[in-house]
Amino acid sequence: MAHNRTLEKADARRNMLFVLPMTLFAVVLVALPLIYVLGTSLVESGQDFSLGATFTLNNYKSLLRADYLQVFFNSLKLAFFTTVLSFIIGYPFGYCMARASRGWKALLMMLVIIPFWTSALVRIYGWKILLQANGPINAVLRSLGLIEKNIKFLGSYGSVLLAMVYCMISFMILPCHSAVDKMDFTLVEAARDLGSKPWKAFIDVTLPLTMPGILAGCVLVFVPSVGIFYLADIMGGGLVLVGNLIRDQLLKVRDWNTGSAMSMVLILITAGIYLVYRKSGGDDLGVF
Amino acid sequence: MASRRRKKRKVFSPVYLTLVLIILYLPILMVVIYSFNSGRTIGAWQGFTTNWYTRLFNNALMADALKNSLILAGLSAGFAGVIGTLGAIGLAHGHIRGGNVIESLATLPMMIPELVLGMAYLAVFTAVGFKLGMTALVLTHTTFCVPYVFINVKSRLVGMDPAIEEAARDLGASPMRVLRDITLPLIMPAVVSGMMLAVAMSIDDVVISFFVTSAETTTLPLKVYTGLRSGGTPEINALSTLMLGAIFIVVGLSQLLRARSDKKLYASK
Repeated sequence: MAHNRTLEKADARRNMLFVLPMTLFAVVLVALPLIYVLGTSLVESGQDFSLGATFTLNNYKSLLRADYLQVFFNSLKLAFFTTVLSFIIGYPFGYCMARASRGWKALLMMLVIIPFWTSALVRIYGWKILLQANGPINAVLRSLGLIEKNIKFLGSYGSVLLAMVYCMISFMILPCHSAVDKMDFTLVEAARDLGSKPWKAFIDVTLPLTMPGILAGCVLVFVPSVGIFYLADIMGGGLVLVGNLIRDQLLKVRDWNTGSAMSMVLILITAGIYLVYRKSGGDDLGVF
Repeated sequence: MASRRRKKRKVFSPVYLTLVLIILYLPILMVVIYSFNSGRTIGAWQGFTTNWYTRLFNNALMADALKNSLILAGLSAGFAGVIGTLGAIGLAHGHIRGGNVIESLATLPMMIPELVLGMAYLAVFTAVGFKLGMTALVLTHTTFCVPYVFINVKSRLVGMDPAIEEAARDLGASPMRVLRDITLPLIMPAVVSGMMLAVAMSIDDVVISFFVTSAETTTLPLKVYTGLRSGGTPEINALSTLMLGAIFIVVGLSQLLRARSDKKLYASK
C-alpha cells in the first residue's frame, strides 16, 4: 500500500513534468495574447495596454455605428445562410454515407476528409477558375444553348455563399454522419410498421434522434463562418465582413484599440454560441 | 413495400453521393488542369504545357518559400508532437489539478477565429519587441498544431485498456519502462497521425502566418494568397498543384495509418 502511494506520487510528479511544456505554451501563446487584446480593447485610443494607460469603454461604444453594425450583420447573415445550406446539402450526404456498406463507408469518409485538409485558398481558386467569365461553366452553358452571353458569376453574393458552403460543408457532413451511424434504425422500422409514412417517420424519429449531430454540425459551420476573412476577398464583389473590417482596422487604419474591441466582440459571439450549445446539452466538440 | 423503399434509396443514395463528391473535387481538379494551360492568364484553355512548372522550379523566390514552408511545417509538427504527446500522457487520467483549464486553453486555438489569434500575436510580439519572422512563425504554428496531436493521442490513451499498463507494472516494470515499452508503442500511431495533420495545418496556414511573418520570410500559402489577390496566374496554379499533391500524400498516409492501427486495436480487444 505504502509502496503504491510512493508510486502514485512519482506518477503525479512525472505527469506534472510532462504537462509543463504544454502549459507553458497555453499560458504564454494562448492566454497572454488574448488577455493583451482584451486589455488593448479597454484602454484609451492610441495607447498600449499597460499599467499607466487610461481605461475606457469608448472603443466598444464606437462600434455602435450604423456601418459597423451593418458589417456585423453581413457576417452573421452570411454565416446563417452558409449553415442552412450546409445542412440541406450535408445532412443527406452524411445520412447516405452512414447507410452505405462498410467498405464504401471507409472510402467515402476518406474522400470527404481529404479536401477538408487541403488549403481552402487553393480550393476557392478552383471555383474562381470554374466561374470566371470565359471559364468552363460558362462554356458548357453556352454550348448547351442555355445562355447567349457569358454570365458574370464572380463577385455575386451567390458566388461568395457557394465558396463558403464549399469550404465548410465537411464540418456538417462528419457529425451528421456519425449521428446517423450511431442511430438505432429498428426504431424507424417500428414507426413504419405502425403505419407511419416515410416522411413522417423521418421527421418524428430520425430527425430528433440525430439532432445532437445536426446541432454540432451547425455550431462547427457557423462559428468559423463568422470569422472568415479572405474568402469574400478572393471571390470579389466587395462584400465587407467582420474579418475584413478587423484586418483593415489593424493594417490600414492602424487603430489597434478599435480592432481589439471588434475581435473581442467576435470572440464573445463565438463563446456565446458555444455556451448556448453546451447549455442545451450539446456534445463536446473537441473530437470528431 | 419495404423492398421498393430500399430500391428507391439504392438509386438515390449513390447518385447523390457521387454528385456531391464531383462538386467537392471538381474545383481541385480545375486548379490542377489549368496549371498545364499554356495561356498567360487563368482564362480560357489554350493548350498543354509544363512550362509553368519549369518556371516555378527556376524561380529563386519560390524555392525560398518552399524551403521556409517545409522547415516551418517540420519544426512545428515536431515540437507539437513532443509537447502534445507529453501533455496527453500527463493529463490522460485526470489526476492533475487544473488539468481541465490547461486542456481548454491548449485546445482553444482550434475554436477561436484564426484572425483574432493572428492579430493577438502581432500585438504581443510588437509590444514586447519580439522579432517577427521564422522564430515567430515556428512558435505560433507549434501553438495551433499542439491541439491536433493532443486530442488524437488523448483519445487513444482514454480508449486504451488500463490493464495493459497495470500488468506491466505488477510485473515490476518501472514507470519509465512502462512508458517506453508499453504506452509509447501503443500510442505511436496516434502521435504520427496527429503530427501529419499538424504538418497539413502548418503547410496550409495563411491567416496566422500573414500576421507574424516578416517581409523577408515568405511561405508557399502566402505566395498563393498574394498571387490570388492579384488575379491568379498559371504559375500559382502550378504551385497550388504541388501543395495539393503534398497534402494528399500526407493526409492519405495519416488516414491509412489510422485505419490500420484502429484495425489492430479492435483485433486485440
